[in-house]
Amino acid sequence: MEPKSQFFLDRSSQALNNRELQDTFRKVGGGFAKKRGEARAALPEFDQLRDEARDIKDHVLENLDLYLEEFEKNVLNSGGHVHWAKTDQDACAIIAELCEKVDARTITKGKSMITEEIGLNDYLENAGFEVVETDLGDYLIQIRGEGPSHIIAPAIHLNRKQIEQDFRTRHQSFPADRVLDEPAQLVAEARQVLRNKFLESDVGITGANFLVAETGSTVIVTNEGNGDLTQCLPRVHIVVASIEKIVPTLEDTSTILRVLARSATGQEFSSYTTFSTGPKKAGDPDGPENFHVVLLDNGRTEMLGTEFQEMLRCIRCGACMNHCPVYQAVGGHSYGWVYPGPMGAVLAPSLLGIDRAGHLPNASTFCGRCEDVCPMRIPLPKMMRHWREREFQSGQTSAIQKAGLKIWAYFAKRPRLYHFASRQASRLFATVAGRKSYIRSIPFDSGWTAHRDLPTPQGRTFQELWEADKERQEKS
Amino acid sequence: MNPEIERPQVGLFVTCLVDFFRPNIGFAAIKLLEMANCDVEVPKAQTCCGQPAFNSGNRPDTQEIAKQVIATFSQYDYVVAPSGSCAGMLSKHYPELFRDDSQWSEKAVDFAGKVHELISFLVDVRGLNNVGGSYKGTVTYHDSCSGLRELGIKEQPRQLLRSLHGLELRELEECESCCGFGGTFSIKYPEISNAIVTRKTNDIGATNADLLLAGDLGCLLNMAGKLSRDGKRTKVRHIAEVLAGMTDTPPIGQKN
Repeated sequence: MEPKSQFFLDRSSQALNNRELQDTFRKVGGGFAKKRGEARAALPEFDQLRDEARDIKDHVLENLDLYLEEFEKNVLNSGGHVHWAKTDQDACAIIAELCEKVDARTITKGKSMITEEIGLNDYLENAGFEVVETDLGDYLIQIRGEGPSHIIAPAIHLNRKQIEQDFRTRHQSFPADRVLDEPAQLVAEARQVLRNKFLESDVGITGANFLVAETGSTVIVTNEGNGDLTQCLPRVHIVVASIEKIVPTLEDTSTILRVLARSATGQEFSSYTTFSTGPKKAGDPDGPENFHVVLLDNGRTEMLGTEFQEMLRCIRCGACMNHCPVYQAVGGHSYGWVYPGPMGAVLAPSLLGIDRAGHLPNASTFCGRCEDVCPMRIPLPKMMRHWREREFQSGQTSAIQKAGLKIWAYFAKRPRLYHFASRQASRLFATVAGRKSYIRSIPFDSGWTAHRDLPTPQGRTFQELWEADKERQEKS
Repeated sequence: MNPEIERPQVGLFVTCLVDFFRPNIGFAAIKLLEMANCDVEVPKAQTCCGQPAFNSGNRPDTQEIAKQVIATFSQYDYVVAPSGSCAGMLSKHYPELFRDDSQWSEKAVDFAGKVHELISFLVDVRGLNNVGGSYKGTVTYHDSCSGLRELGIKEQPRQLLRSLHGLELRELEECESCCGFGGTFSIKYPEISNAIVTRKTNDIGATNADLLLAGDLGCLLNMAGKLSRDGKRTKVRHIAEVLAGMTDTPPIGQKN
């Protein structure tokens, strides 16, 4: 997916003016946030688990090379293969080659953000493969030719009617007069379509929520069961995961699992938590003949040792966007790439460059709710501010903003001048406002007054009044 | 009352918005602090906490402003601001600004330890739990983000509001979600800011309260400006004005 993050302003404006989309957002509302709150309240040790989860990942990030090598060794021991990919293109090429080797035609996919990041579907389709997303949300956006608007609910921007229309257009083999009024009817139809694909599939591709170093296992958490069918039925299972997904032990995995689903959907646990360790062994009833893990860097190692290292603790639960006032208003597509919301606002500039994704860390009120709910305690606002600092240092802050700041800072550093100026400004405001209690438009600041009135100042500054008070007291 | 120091010297950090838009809040803060047995001074050499620069990525100017604030207020037992956002800047972000500065890091940490937001200072540090006044009417309260999440201010304002005779508090749906102000955000991303504040003012309207209160003037200006633009009649004030019984001044954005 070609990143369009530089068009954040236009895209968010379109989203805000799209009534159907806004209706959908309103209906979805704070559903995830509410459920997360209830799940948290029901688990007294939740915050303690967050600390433990954070510590596990911090330890991993300090020793990433060791755990990656241990993971590789254990994948090999269990009969699997490991491939190292420096870039998105490397990963796509490796995967395409693996598919070609087994003369694959149909490839099924479980839900995976990392394959969105590397643009795998386009790559494989261009190479002549049929690629089928099997997570319902991912399937919906695939048939619409869209990217995900949420990292765990990729089609959260769609309503039932839109989905019905897509199915009627796409699923021509079904009777035209069938009833698709209920979500259950839509799900049943998707299931019928996908069931055949699972059976036809030659290669199943999944992501991984965890890579367990001590066993060489990869782990996915899902709710639809599609992940299991994706990886068990075809001959080949390819796991694509970025390197920071590693955890040392199964015990660590279960610690983080306890905060993952609770933070994401408010479930205690996802419906399915699936561990894959190597290919099918003698006596196994099912499983792939070949098991491959593609380990992707794509910019992660460059984040190590920087002020953005903590971002690599992210477990992609989506809690930050579920609680973000900006994401909730403009939706995920406004962010212009695969990772939206606060985590995207930190990660996208790391992976795309701040010149392309500069709006994302700026479009935050710094309300701090994302950090407050992050199961891995990632200081997201602080890192968005780091991006703003980098922008400022490299001269990418807009000229108008910079000039405004400069003038303001000049005064802020000179209290006497500042007080003199604010006294004058206060009077000017009072004169302009006259008897009106609000100012409806200010030259050069349509940003505020396009949507809001500006309350008029009381007329004299506090410092001025306070000084006058003191003088009066001294005289009397 | 459980004062650590019997009669502490408090430096009032007025905040730039209160200084410019709403001096009444400053006077209300002084009255409340005196009620809590504090000697209040207002140093002249104060301007702003530096957030506009800090949140725009301009660290050098922020540091200069921060040094000025620290130097100006170092002599007081406590530094109190009628704003969770500015108090959060002074107490949480100043130490972070000077983490790698051997000369200033200790000063910033010492300073940060003395900084409090007004309402939480009254309740948590000065043990004030009754302001002994009255307010006849229904009010709703918005938890401003920095105060709530950086400083843990949640119960303190409600506790003091409950001590006012005749006041009925109606809780706001989503009272912990942002109002969309975000300082420069409201000017840089006005359309998004508008969408966020619209949700907020709808929730405010749904309470049918006569008066909206919060502890941060930035949020209050934003919400008052939106309520006014939409022709809604809810009055808006800083919580300190009501607690101090200083409601003779017309509400924010209204004139006699």
